[in-house]
Amino acid sequence: MSKIRVLVGTRKGAFVLSADGKRDDWTISGPFFGGWEIYHVKGSPLDPDRLWASQTSLWFGQQIQRSDDGGKSWEPSGNKFAYDGVPGTHQWYDGTPHPWEFARVWHLEPSLDDRDTIYAGVEDAALFKSTDGGANWSELSGLRTHTTGSSWQPGAGGMCLHTVIIDPQNPKRMFVAISAAGAFRTADGGQTWEPINKGLRSAQIPDQDAEVGHCVHHIAIHPTRPDVLFMQKHWDIMRSDDGGNLWREVSGNLPTDFGFVIDVHAHEPETIYVVPIKSDSEHYPLDGKLRVYRSRSGGNEWEELTKGLPQSNCYVNVLRDAMAVDQLDKCGIYFGTTGGQVYVSSDAGDSWKAIAHDLPAVLSVEVQTLP
Amino acid sequence: MIRVVLPAHLRTLARVDGEVQIELRTDATPSSICDALEERFPALRGAIRDHVTHRRRAYVRFFACERDISHDSPDAPVPAAVASGSEPFFIIGAMSGG
Repeated sequence: MSKIRVLVGTRKGAFVLSADGKRDDWTISGPFFGGWEIYHVKGSPLDPDRLWASQTSLWFGQQIQRSDDGGKSWEPSGNKFAYDGVPGTHQWYDGTPHPWEFARVWHLEPSLDDRDTIYAGVEDAALFKSTDGGANWSELSGLRTHTTGSSWQPGAGGMCLHTVIIDPQNPKRMFVAISAAGAFRTADGGQTWEPINKGLRSAQIPDQDAEVGHCVHHIAIHPTRPDVLFMQKHWDIMRSDDGGNLWREVSGNLPTDFGFVIDVHAHEPETIYVVPIKSDSEHYPLDGKLRVYRSRSGGNEWEELTKGLPQSNCYVNVLRDAMAVDQLDKCGIYFGTTGGQVYVSSDAGDSWKAIAHDLPAVLSVEVQTLP
Repeated sequence: MIRVVLPAHLRTLARVDGEVQIELRTDATPSSICDALEERFPALRGAIRDHVTHRRRAYVRFFACERDISHDSPDAPVPAAVASGSEPFFIIGAMSGG
């Protein structure tokens, strides 16, 4: 029977939640790196026992940890993230130029075709790559040095590159998203990039349909259809059917279209999930009810999913990298909250249960489906 | 021989308990102490000071002989009692709640 391993990054350490394919009985191991912020933990698709963790601290900086035994033991990898050349400036909150400064790694994306290659999305926004198992990191500086780079501005959470998607059918094509610059695409493995924000409208910027400046919160694809992108923007659920050339809004009947996470069912490319959040100034569910919304039509028509989720006095948030799906026949959906709960649905969202109740605030959730 | 007291998180990273003792090939300064620490414990690179500029991280402090020497020149000699090993060199994480 298959096994499930859920990799959870929190404000105070990493946790590994394990169960068999029934997904009923869970064991929790951790905290790993207790007391540190773990922005992301992710496994290699080529070697599921190879895990990577972004361990960070305002005090002691950035560490990258690697496990080669499924999270039982960890070794520090290289942690030198030096921008290529003289990094120059981007816009600061007050509109003045501000030097690019490395703060932390938000997202780790292991390569689909080489177990020693991994990408890191960092704050201040840039993409780094290691081809030697994490020992050394080099910036793919064509992104940061794009002609629009000097005009990018941080969102309130920092100017973070938080989403990295590799096209499973063409690994040289990748998508990234930056708050608050927008989405970008490369066709040459990261050497050159173009903004792909046409169709986005953001009331929070002076030119609402500008080429860059949009606060994209997360993007998800189904691996069989890499031209179809789903986006949770600051406000608005968006969809592109042409690899990001043009976006259209599919928020439809959602009660609020602000939020952070978005993900796609493992076997149904038109079934997508979001967790609506009240507003950009009130980062908690509407009416104190934690509800996942599912669309089986790729957007516009949404159904609320509440069975097993708190429907009163719930004021947690679900952050951008804190939702994932497993690959079992009956697709499992997972998400973590800033209240320290991790919820699983083993029936594609129809019903939910908490598999962890009292972890530190959850920053990220990834799922591995193991033989 | 220099005695160094690391904060708990850095002891975990370096996989040591208690004080660390290091030998220096040059005069004892905050810089030379950090150089020696990082050589012996590569996991500490970037955790006390910036990889490239070698500037002390903002929320890390250096204490010696009941004095905060964080703002002294990193190349200034540490007090003689630290250089002789009779007093430890403290690397401190700034106090914080949360």
